[in-house]
Amino acid sequence: MTITATGAKRRVRSAQHPERGRSRWRRRDTWAAYGFISPWIIGFLVFTAGPMIASFVLSFTNYDGIGASHSVGFANYRHLFQDPAVAKSLMNTLIFAVMRVPLSMAVALLLAMLLLRVGRASGFFRTIFYLPVMTPSVAVGILFLLLFNGNVGLINHVLGLVGLHGPAWTTDSAWIKPGLVLTSLWSVGSTVIIYLAALKNVPKDLYEAAELDGVGRWNSFRHVTFPQISGTLFFTLIVNTIASLQTFTEAYTAFFGSSNSQTYSNDAALFYVVYLFQQAFQYTHMGYASALAWLLFLVVLVITVIQAKVSKRFVYYEGDER
Amino acid sequence: MAAPPRRTRRRTTALLSAFALLPVLAGCGGVSLTGGDPATFTTMGYGMGDALATDRIDTARAALPSLHIKVNEGAFDQQQFLSAVAAGDPPDVVHMDRSLIGGYAAQGALIPLTDCIKREHIDTGDYYRTAIDEGSLDGQVYALPDSFDSRLLLVNDKVLKSDGIDPATVSTSDWSRLKSLTKKLQHQQGGKLTRIGFDPKIPEFFPLWAKANGADLISADGRTAHLNDPRVVQALRYAVSLINVQGGWGKFKSLRDSFDTFGAKNQFARGQVGMYPMEDWYVNALAGLSPHLDLGTQTFKARDGKPLNWTSGYGWAIPKGSPHAAQACTFIKTMTATKTWVHAARAKAAQVRKGGTPYTGDVTGNAVADRIIEKDVWKPTGNAAYDKATRTLYSISRKGFIVPSNAAGTEFKNAWQNAINRVLSGEQTSQQALDQAQKEAQSALDLANQGRR
Repeated sequence: MTITATGAKRRVRSAQHPERGRSRWRRRDTWAAYGFISPWIIGFLVFTAGPMIASFVLSFTNYDGIGASHSVGFANYRHLFQDPAVAKSLMNTLIFAVMRVPLSMAVALLLAMLLLRVGRASGFFRTIFYLPVMTPSVAVGILFLLLFNGNVGLINHVLGLVGLHGPAWTTDSAWIKPGLVLTSLWSVGSTVIIYLAALKNVPKDLYEAAELDGVGRWNSFRHVTFPQISGTLFFTLIVNTIASLQTFTEAYTAFFGSSNSQTYSNDAALFYVVYLFQQAFQYTHMGYASALAWLLFLVVLVITVIQAKVSKRFVYYEGDER
Repeated sequence: MAAPPRRTRRRTTALLSAFALLPVLAGCGGVSLTGGDPATFTTMGYGMGDALATDRIDTARAALPSLHIKVNEGAFDQQQFLSAVAAGDPPDVVHMDRSLIGGYAAQGALIPLTDCIKREHIDTGDYYRTAIDEGSLDGQVYALPDSFDSRLLLVNDKVLKSDGIDPATVSTSDWSRLKSLTKKLQHQQGGKLTRIGFDPKIPEFFPLWAKANGADLISADGRTAHLNDPRVVQALRYAVSLINVQGGWGKFKSLRDSFDTFGAKNQFARGQVGMYPMEDWYVNALAGLSPHLDLGTQTFKARDGKPLNWTSGYGWAIPKGSPHAAQACTFIKTMTATKTWVHAARAKAAQVRKGGTPYTGDVTGNAVADRIIEKDVWKPTGNAAYDKATRTLYSISRKGFIVPSNAAGTEFKNAWQNAINRVLSGEQTSQQALDQAQKEAQSALDLANQGRR
């Protein structure tokens, strides 16, 4: 009874002070919202922010995961500039990103535009294009070795049918990165789906207006489609660039994953994260690996900021005044 | 009491569910090797491939009746091992390549076996001296040998004869002749290499080539790298030239990668290779795969004409934090004991003979056991090729050299292997690559020996 009476009083008070009642509800809603997102917040603090802070601290030590660690000051960061493998792996990674990002975006856009035209069968092809994304990256790494084998691989066999003599993709330093870039197109399906959604959102009346003005296909793409999907293109540019700079699994599986593959490793496939992984988990130079991780973080940050700045000139968002 | 509004109830239930799920989801991350059972004894890196492996595990189980021995099969995984040790959840014993022992010992990831050897009265004289040395660091034993791989020269007699070459005249001591023989034996068709004349097996067998030229990759105490020693550079230049006369690394590796090494259509059966140095276990594999092969076996010879055998293999070690360190010692002793090996070899021989393929003997890491197996278990099969292979193997296994154990372990090995790969891929000359490797290896050795890690 007491509770009911208190509840009644509260309701009377709320009626007298509607603002206070609303703000209490708002506060409750806020707490509920925090409650719902707390799994993510806790996950972020425990699995992302925490390890980031820990790795920053470790980057100033010689921690090896087993014995005691000691502070080494900036020695790990100084070593980054003396270690030839850092420059090598960074350059490999940048070259890979420069080749992969535009190519994967162009192929994905082409496939998305084709999908737009296939009408009813679109769903079927969308599934077909997306299926390879489900393939584990480790399997893709193994496939790379099999398909691109210079002697008996399917790729060179097909090239041979049209009279081309394929290179030694898996052993020739000059062809390893192009081979891995081509392999990475295997998982272009997710970008295709994103582009398809963006293309479907381009207002049809814009194309009709362009057609009435006698604009050709290329100019219609250039002046209507491209600006309308530029926001999406920018998003995939950022995401693909970051993914390319962190590329690991396929190259690691093919060239470094087992003692046998490591015996025949090739420096052309030594990407930055592969080298970082080796330092951390093979040689247990956790302190140095942490410094490597922070350098990569800075590189990714700088590239992303540059892309964001440059994009302002090319990216159109609905509602923008240009 | 009035019930709370339905919306609030739903919200509260959802919130509680989210919190309840969180630890469940977060807990999905770790998997213990033991499963947390104190009566379970776990191994890492050991495979149960044949009777030699399973029979010995049965003997070890009998020696440790109070424990449930769980064999986590699969190749030794460095990352898994180090993570387990760092997390304080290591296996009880670990089976790994002896070339890694020094590095892990220097890091403190392994326990010295000094007390174990004393307590269990293990006679290290029973094992091959080089195998014990390879599993030691600074005079302390960290691993007992569990295998002993020798390198011998496998010759595809059929291929050589078809090219008019008498297999008996083949030798690795005359480098100039070997190169011209290699060139003669290799086949190319349509711009592709279709037969490897001679495979020098680099990078992995490079210590053999360096030794053949009178050099070691590292000093006997394992503290000074000799990677850019002029004789080492010369050996690399020569070994790479053997590949270059066959069309270069690209073609060579592509063909090698296409071999069906463990199939009936292996490179010997298909005539895809003339000859190459190889670990002795492959003779065993070939006996099962291609029992009627015209296989020739010879000793690898140094430039001075003397037989040369680079030996290596696996060893059993006890990781730091092993939950059953005392029992681990008993396990290691039992697994590598003379009696255990002989019993297992008899079981394997029976299994192989039952399958109708020649039993080519076993070389185990325990020298005393090997002499018994050679004398009592192995019998000439009547298959001349494999009988000769077994005799050659037993003869060369008595003497061999090792790459001395060192504190840099994997880093040292990677330094010289990566250097060779850079030369093979045309990125650097032999001198440049080995100069760089020398710097990397020495820096890793210095760091490891300072105890800074």
